[in-house]
Amino acid sequence: MIAVIDYDTGNLRSVANALGRLGAEFMVTDDPAKIRGAERVLLPGVGEASTAMEKLRQRGLVEVIRSLTQPVLGICIGVQLMCRRSEEGNTPCMGIFDAEVKRLGARPVCPCGCMGPVAKRLKVPEMGWNTIAHLRTPLFAGLDEGAYVYYVHSYAPELSRQTIATTLYGMPFSAALGRDNFYGTQFHPEKSGRIGERILKNFLEL
Amino acid sequence: MLAKRIIPCLDIKDGATVKGINFLGLQQVGDPVELGKKYAEEGADELVYLDISATLEGRKTFAELVTRIARQINIPFTVGGGISSVEDAGLLLRAGADKITVNSAAVRRPELIDEIAAKYGNQFVVVAIDAKQIDGRWTVTTHGGKRPTERELFAWAREAQERGAGEILFTSMDHDGTKNGYPCETFARLSDLLSIPVVASGGAGSVQDIADVLTMGRADAALAASIFHYGEIPIPRLKKELHTMGIPVRLI
Repeated sequence: MIAVIDYDTGNLRSVANALGRLGAEFMVTDDPAKIRGAERVLLPGVGEASTAMEKLRQRGLVEVIRSLTQPVLGICIGVQLMCRRSEEGNTPCMGIFDAEVKRLGARPVCPCGCMGPVAKRLKVPEMGWNTIAHLRTPLFAGLDEGAYVYYVHSYAPELSRQTIATTLYGMPFSAALGRDNFYGTQFHPEKSGRIGERILKNFLEL
Repeated sequence: MLAKRIIPCLDIKDGATVKGINFLGLQQVGDPVELGKKYAEEGADELVYLDISATLEGRKTFAELVTRIARQINIPFTVGGGISSVEDAGLLLRAGADKITVNSAAVRRPELIDEIAAKYGNQFVVVAIDAKQIDGRWTVTTHGGKRPTERELFAWAREAQERGAGEILFTSMDHDGTKNGYPCETFARLSDLLSIPVVASGGAGSVQDIADVLTMGRADAALAASIFHYGEIPIPRLKKELHTMGIPVRLI
């Protein structure tokens, strides 16, 4: 059984639908006992970091999540909350990953060409499909370097020694982080077509 | 590198796809879910479903359809058509839509953009703008281009962004349906003016038209309907040709 953590940040439906397409059994819950007892835990969500962090705290879930030993996957705001701190609202986060979450587009023009051939400035939020590289860990088993995944975000975790995939958008950032049983993706595997399905499947098989 | 997006648009009336389709192999020809799945498999980057039902019954059917789409489609999709309140938007969010578009209702009452963005986030709100040139001025129109308003395209787009739009979908009513290409200079000006993505709609007749609006027009995405529905330009061929031209696209 997979526990999808419900902390009132929306977008649980798409994750639930994606698990449904994979034929996985799951429950959407904020019950600490059920989360601890699940074989896998997903922390999805969209929204603003300080609000989302507050919602986890109100439900007494911060310590619960930190102490989990089964595979855990944070998605989008989920992975950001697993980092040390977020620039968004200057928010202290759970500190599972040793990385800070930074605002995209701090620099107006990037010389690396990642903004496209003719773009004059970086559009924020980054919305759309971008590539992932430097893939590590079984989360990306069977995927090629340069696979496309779907992003909608204005903030992203910086690179760290726990980076297990990178993406370039104005600056390189952690597309995914991993440490022990904890994983997180800044992109949305539940919306990333076949590639995303493979990543979720890999997570279910970790 | 962030890819330029290719987005097929499906018009839905009373729960079925309206535009003529001559695809074979679909379980139910005209079924929006089947058609959407086919496009997703072919490499569409997103889908747009536009409800053009005129009746209340048709609208209810659409919300049910959105639930089915969300269960079965593994790429993002946007829904629109007649959304005029936060409640309308909320219903579609709960049904599983990734984004909604607002058009005439936002022109009538711009606060609608603020309200939806505040409740569901900027990324959820696409503001669709239909405009045409009247005496050299890009004038925002409603009712499918039939009714000109007081608003001017660039000022309105800027206002929509400031009110919380996450994306602008611009259709030139002078070009829509002509298959003669997009007004690229206008798109470039719009794209430079805004810090949010611009989706180009209306006018594509060839691969070159789409390439032009993505490069010269600096659009972030191109949306089209008939060239895909009638199989004139299949998505895999379009993307392959764009890729050959050096335009970053997601190849399947």
